[in-house]
Amino acid sequence: MAAKEELKLLGVDVSPFAIRAHMAVVIKGVSCEYVVEDLSNKSELLLSSNPVYKKVPVLIHNGKPICESLVIVQYVDEIFSGDGVPSILPTDPYERAIARFWAAYVDDKFFPVLRGIVLALTEQERVEKATETLAAIEPLEEAFAMCSKGKAFFSGDSIGYVDLALGSLLVWIEAIRRMYNIEIISASKTPRLSAWAERFGESAAAKEVLPEVDKAVQFGKMLEAAASAAAASK
Amino acid sequence: MAGEKKGLQLLDFWVSPFGQRCRIALDEKALPYEYLEQDLGNKSELLLRSNPVHKKIPVLLHDGRPVCESLIIVQYIDEAFSSSSGKPPLLPSDPYARAQARFWADYVDKKVYDCGTRLWKTKGEPQQQARKEMVEILKTLEGALGDKPYFGGDEFGFVDVAFVPFTAWFLTYERYGEISVDKECPRLAAWAKRCGERESVNKNLSPPEKVYEFIGTLKKKFGIE
Repeated sequence: MAAKEELKLLGVDVSPFAIRAHMAVVIKGVSCEYVVEDLSNKSELLLSSNPVYKKVPVLIHNGKPICESLVIVQYVDEIFSGDGVPSILPTDPYERAIARFWAAYVDDKFFPVLRGIVLALTEQERVEKATETLAAIEPLEEAFAMCSKGKAFFSGDSIGYVDLALGSLLVWIEAIRRMYNIEIISASKTPRLSAWAERFGESAAAKEVLPEVDKAVQFGKMLEAAASAAAASK
Repeated sequence: MAGEKKGLQLLDFWVSPFGQRCRIALDEKALPYEYLEQDLGNKSELLLRSNPVHKKIPVLLHDGRPVCESLIIVQYIDEAFSSSSGKPPLLPSDPYARAQARFWADYVDKKVYDCGTRLWKTKGEPQQQARKEMVEILKTLEGALGDKPYFGGDEFGFVDVAFVPFTAWFLTYERYGEISVDKECPRLAAWAKRCGERESVNKNLSPPEKVYEFIGTLKKKFGIE
């Protein structure tokens, strides 16, 4: 039986960007073939589907590639919509602009400093990045109050765009806690996000997609080693 | 409560390519708006209140409600005024084409401004590196354009709006980076000229010599020779 809609997602379990795309597909309840890439030996399919960046995730829909996690999430939201299908982005243009703003904030301001904690070459640098990350999470704590309007998620009753953008990083936030004893989200400092993070983790889509934190810890150790090796060879 | 002025206001800075994206989009939709030039060395209460997170321009105020980040503003203009303006949408109606448009607009955002800045801010090896990268970036964009009159196809669209303000910077890239866009990317140069014939673009882009002058001033300010 030929599938009417053929969906293939190229990703890596621990990549927050792949996690977003994967969760979006799961939320929509559509079947999708998930292909785990070996980033040290990228497949021909990945390289030809994303010649510009050569990165995961890539969604291939009926043979046509879509790249960049947030572009993929919006695409999946638009293609699979209708009665009874959960929406990822709101319909109101202003609310959409706010959702896009905060997702962009996660990617442009929060993620780089979070990642900087793992890639830091000295303890001093790590402390600096941790401080910057703790500062960068504060607007998101405020944004949660504003966006959720008392409901469970940034989007309201169900997981939406900003939830996916930030939620996909929770595995790494937890990995960083285990690796360095640095708490980015905590019940004391960011109570709203702390409660939201638990709800996010308990969701069916998260349970299906999120990897074990230890996998991220392993990957983190690899990234650390690669960063020091690169610095040493300069 | 202050700030709930009706209609559209744009907080902007004259030479900003990001601000120009918004001006072009507003004009393409024939939407009247109030342009408010900002002093970036002494940011206004309105700007700081409207964009507390980034404190940057451009900011679009619609009936007092702020929208920040230029490409988000352009999409907002496209979506909020889709039926009322009677003008064609900037984003294509086909979801796959829309995904491609978002991808390439994001590429322009990730690559062009940063590399361009390094072209005039650095010297020696880093500048050489920036030069190589800029040529690669422009060639990649030229590849995405292909044989089409616009990135959007037959119609001027989202990616065209995203990239066209940077065409006013080509002269600056050429002089500091010793790049010839005409020679390296003739189809891109032709696209830039074609876009320049549109009223919305013509009216809103800074004259290339003015951009060059502005960068010269910045260099002096930063003590870069």
